[in-house]
Amino acid sequence: MNKVAFKGRKFLQALAAAFLAGALLLTGCGGGASSQSAEEARKQNNEIVIGIPQDLDDTLDPHYTTLAGTREVMFNVFEGLVKPDSQGNLIPAVAADVQISDDGLVYTFPLRENVKFHNGETVTAEDVIWSIRRNIEDENGTNLIPALQNIQSLDSEGSTVVITLADPNPEFLSYLTLAVLPADYADQATQPVGTGPYKFVSRAAQDNVVLERFEDYWGEGGHVDKVTYKIIGKADGLVQGLQSGALDLVSHMTTTQTSQLDESQFHIEEGTMNLVQALYLNNAEKPFDDVRVRQALCYAIDRQEILDLAFDGYGYPVGSSMFPAFGKYFDESLTDYYTYDPDEAKRLLAEAGYKDGFDMTITVPSNYQPHMDTASAIADQLSRVGIHAELITMEMNQWIEDVNQNRKFQSTVIGFDAKTLTGSAMLSRWVSDSPKNVINYNNSEYDELFAKASSTYDDAEQTQIYRQMERNLTENAANVYIQDLADLVVMRNGLTGLQFYPLYVLDVSTLQWEK
Amino acid sequence: MKSVGKRAAIFGITMLIVSFVTFAAFTLISGDPAMRLLGTEATPERLQSLREQMGLNQPFAVRYLRWLAGFVTGDLGTSYSYNQPVWQLISPKVEVTLCMVVMSFGLIVLISIPLGLFSAQRAQGAEGALHTSLIQLAMAVPPFFTGILCSWVFGITLRFFMPGNFPGLHQNFAGSLHYLFFGAICVAIPRIAMTVRMLRSTIVGEMQKSYVRTAIARGNDRRQVLSRHVLKNSLVPTVTFLAQTMAEIVGGSIVVEQVFSIPGLGRFLVTSISNRDYPVVEALVVILAFWVVLSGTLGDLINQRIDPRLRLGGES
Repeated sequence: MNKVAFKGRKFLQALAAAFLAGALLLTGCGGGASSQSAEEARKQNNEIVIGIPQDLDDTLDPHYTTLAGTREVMFNVFEGLVKPDSQGNLIPAVAADVQISDDGLVYTFPLRENVKFHNGETVTAEDVIWSIRRNIEDENGTNLIPALQNIQSLDSEGSTVVITLADPNPEFLSYLTLAVLPADYADQATQPVGTGPYKFVSRAAQDNVVLERFEDYWGEGGHVDKVTYKIIGKADGLVQGLQSGALDLVSHMTTTQTSQLDESQFHIEEGTMNLVQALYLNNAEKPFDDVRVRQALCYAIDRQEILDLAFDGYGYPVGSSMFPAFGKYFDESLTDYYTYDPDEAKRLLAEAGYKDGFDMTITVPSNYQPHMDTASAIADQLSRVGIHAELITMEMNQWIEDVNQNRKFQSTVIGFDAKTLTGSAMLSRWVSDSPKNVINYNNSEYDELFAKASSTYDDAEQTQIYRQMERNLTENAANVYIQDLADLVVMRNGLTGLQFYPLYVLDVSTLQWEK
Repeated sequence: MKSVGKRAAIFGITMLIVSFVTFAAFTLISGDPAMRLLGTEATPERLQSLREQMGLNQPFAVRYLRWLAGFVTGDLGTSYSYNQPVWQLISPKVEVTLCMVVMSFGLIVLISIPLGLFSAQRAQGAEGALHTSLIQLAMAVPPFFTGILCSWVFGITLRFFMPGNFPGLHQNFAGSLHYLFFGAICVAIPRIAMTVRMLRSTIVGEMQKSYVRTAIARGNDRRQVLSRHVLKNSLVPTVTFLAQTMAEIVGGSIVVEQVFSIPGLGRFLVTSISNRDYPVVEALVVILAFWVVLSGTLGDLINQRIDPRLRLGGES
């Protein structure tokens, strides 16, 4: 008997010992030394790993992609006849050249010779025409880009594509950044094929997306051979990933995150997010149907204080629906149209019949910390003029439904960006009958200006009208404009070549490891 | 044979109920998957067209039966978000979570049983009190906290592993297990404490029973009684408890997967719910339900082997 018990005990001890040994072995192997050099190994192999907070859980077919995060990554995979450069100009891509007739109606695009798709096939005029047609009317009869309905005819002569418009439109070219895809290729949504400097390799849901340098690219192409996007769900996970050596680059970071990083290992580059963050007001909803109330709100908000308190001073104040990187259209004088003046705010409120202030709600999508921070700061500042603002936080999907779709909200803090490099991308939204006019802005002068801008062919003249539209928004206090957020990009030392665009994209083709 | 059939029926019915309730829950909560896909591009025309493509405009019963028919024939449908077959998307996640859960369960069994026995023998006095407070502490620490602590200490400071760099089971199996080990510890810690506490109180309770007094009176020493009689009698509640644990650690792993950026089932479930990606959610919930029912069934079967009194009637 005694022996058995003894044996049992010994067995337990042996088990514990074996377990401890196993644990030590596990922690020992693959740890320490090898992880130290993982960054070095990537440098040697000419690879980079970029951390992103959200998955590309969207269709990868560029004609249908809606998520900004997906477009940001896939920018490297696709090109149109033309594409934007970092200065905001449109440069020929699949097209070798762009010729526009004097009346602005006929666009001729001789295609670049031997542009290859990632599947090895050569781009033909048929592919280009198919891609444009699909955006006019897709397989289900849906129009994807309304501006393309202006196309009267779409022809090819050998390897030249000729587009004839019904009416001249100086912004038309910007829509031809739409991706050129191989005609009738069925797996675009999951195994996309484009002509960009990087080709799509794989996507593992909630895990990673892998791109590889496209060897047959027509231009200079990328420097780095392989780019892996790691999907890290949590904000502190991105910081940890940088510190542990798992990641080389993370964009859109906050100052709280960057302050935790070791300066000897990383450098930070500052650009802009290219969006307009504002307290968007439902102009159809009481009390914001009264211009005096809207103006009072503008006077009650101290933008610099918001930037200082919530963003460590980063960010660029804006005064209308245009961001600074859009230099041509951005009117700096509007930024200080309303200066912080709580007394004026109170006076306007009293005039509008709200001497004792009022209660209002601010709807914010909870997954965007910068918008949450701004909303809290706004609520605090409004309380100083007697307005009690209650924050309603919700999931992004709910926000899209309530605000974007049903327009059932009083006010919201969000950022609107531009999908194309045009003034109308930012300004057409607020035309009274636009389906995107979530704030129900209804101003006949604004509508007239937009109609005029749309039918003006002269670029300078059109720009002038867009500027007037911006002024109209500011003077009528359509929204309480706050800022264009700073975009802080953290890069591991040795990685260079980052270029900021006036669009929400990250061009990886210019990135490279220093030799 | 009869009992096997009965079990299979319970199994099937449970899964059916779970899948139906999940399906029904999604029609009740707000959020339209088509709207989520179109986002700010949503116009009434495009919404309508997409809803038709996705089959969302059909009545609830039709959609459910269609899903069920697909499921029975092995077709889990296509993810709304990813446009990929659901099984292709979730099978790598299931593998990852299964690895972590199995590892975590192994840790719980290997650590808590010896520790429970040890603690039961020292349940009295100051040492017992010390054990109690250590157990309470370990139980109180939530896995996400140990997770954050663990990745800072072992990941960033000691560099035992690289947080954010899960290599992938098929690319590097040993490396992946190594990475998952740290997550598994964090899931295991509170459950280890609970198991130790449960084991200790069961053994202590058992030791006070009259048969133990009799055995000791007959000249056996306490250790002999413990290993020969008490342990056997404590086994049934322990197995039941461990079966529950096996089911529940999947829940703990959801949190830990987020903290360690592990591409597992839990993390995928959370994002799929917020994306309203019903085909994925439905499949994941059914898998989780399967796991829970399986754990319980396994526990029962083991207990019936240990204690013949627990066997369902029919064969005798």
